[in-house]
Amino acid sequence: MGTTQILFWFLTALALLGAIMVLVSKNPVHSVLWLIVVFFAISGHYILLNAQFLAIVNLIVYAGAIMVLFLFVIMLMNLNAETEPQKSIWMKFFGVATGGLLLSFFISFIVSSIDLKNKTAQLKEGDVGLIKNLGKVLFSDYVIPFEIASILFLSAMVGAVVIGKKD
Amino acid sequence: MTLLAFDWLYLVEKLVLIAVIISASLLIAMYATYFERKVAAWMQDRIGPDRAGPFGILQPLADGGKLFFKEEIIPNAANKWLFILGPCMAMLTAMMTSAVIPWGSKIDLGGREIALQIADVNIGMLYIFGVVSFGVYGIMIGGWSSNNKFSLMAALRGASQVISYELAMGLSLIALLMLTGSLSLKTIVEQQMSHGNLWNIAYQPLGFFIFFVCALAECNRAPFDLPEAESELNMGYHQEYSSMKLGFYLFAEYINMFISSAIMATLFFGGYDVPFLDESTLNPNIAALIGIAALLAKTFFFIFVFMWIRWTLPRFRYDQLMDIGWKKLIPLALVNMVITAVVVLLRQG
Repeated sequence: MGTTQILFWFLTALALLGAIMVLVSKNPVHSVLWLIVVFFAISGHYILLNAQFLAIVNLIVYAGAIMVLFLFVIMLMNLNAETEPQKSIWMKFFGVATGGLLLSFFISFIVSSIDLKNKTAQLKEGDVGLIKNLGKVLFSDYVIPFEIASILFLSAMVGAVVIGKKD
Repeated sequence: MTLLAFDWLYLVEKLVLIAVIISASLLIAMYATYFERKVAAWMQDRIGPDRAGPFGILQPLADGGKLFFKEEIIPNAANKWLFILGPCMAMLTAMMTSAVIPWGSKIDLGGREIALQIADVNIGMLYIFGVVSFGVYGIMIGGWSSNNKFSLMAALRGASQVISYELAMGLSLIALLMLTGSLSLKTIVEQQMSHGNLWNIAYQPLGFFIFFVCALAECNRAPFDLPEAESELNMGYHQEYSSMKLGFYLFAEYINMFISSAIMATLFFGGYDVPFLDESTLNPNIAALIGIAALLAKTFFFIFVFMWIRWTLPRFRYDQLMDIGWKKLIPLALVNMVITAVVVLLRQG
């Protein structure tokens, strides 16, 4: 077992543990903090795939910005384990069943995908995740989707300002 | 042994480097508390701490010892684990940034070249930015888990302040990035050292100014120390903390100050470059030592400026703080970015 494999299994275990704890935690603030652990583990996986830019942007945007806003909202709403509504056992059962079905659908979709047949993950030598290559690809091959996505973000920002301005 | 087949010496070398840098940061932060009190004393025409040892030089040890022996209180209504996690996060994020700073060039130890940088990653600047955005968690977790209204208010203030000033900081760094074309701090320093290039401050004076103001705000230093505004919030987000947990929070502020001064010296003032000296003519080990001394000298100067500002300017009001961040610094940073982009484009074409 090389270092890469040890790191891979460690990060995988950490991500799964974090994800399970997000669901199991009764306290919403704990859930948010476990979700941050999950983001860290996934960023570790990105680094193993040599996608350093993706790894750090994942941390800056999700763990650093979006989760802070989540924490803000949860802290201000003062949600506690006691006030959390308890769902009935049937609701939980059907939730697990539909979630499991969706997961098996995704797995079968990925396994049978033609693009992924006979491909292995490029550990340490893949270079499309480096900032230089990623920037070139985004601004040459995928320039139209990229620009459309940025206009979408701009409209969302304008919308937020308009809602905030309404007295 | 085929298990873990890699250069063990490399691991040892990095571990030693990490240990040295962490202990050096702790030592410098410790003495920064002493100098803060001395600087304050000079500015207010007092003597300052002078009882413990000659010139009061043992004062930080006395302070630390006092904090260790104070009673440890965890409030009944507090969330115990998060209450402990808060100061840990504050210390951790304060320490993590030092990993990408190049502290010197290279040291030659018996034929083995050791780079004086823990990790020369090609996303160095983004890494700093990422760690800075985590600085919020120490404040928020600590403030919330104390279960005290004042603490929560202070934590919310601190978090919104850090988020607001992160934007202007990022925009001022983008302008710098356009000039250097690299995110690696090592490359940025080497570009400033190379012949015919001036330090980045000559090309980005406005960018440096914005970065400096944002660094003051990110470190929660006066005039931006609103999360600790005693007169409005009793004490701040660490109100319920006692003993060394409080010490960690106070200490993290000084480590942050040291690290952000080192980053400013690296990004804008040539890092370990000594002006008017060609390092390549010297013995590499001597050059590395001179480089470390130069970087530390620049860093100490910035730490002094931080203290100078703290004991000179009064605190902003909260609306003024938000006003400066969103309505002054961000437009200024955007203008700076556009001007830099136009100049870079014209020089290319």
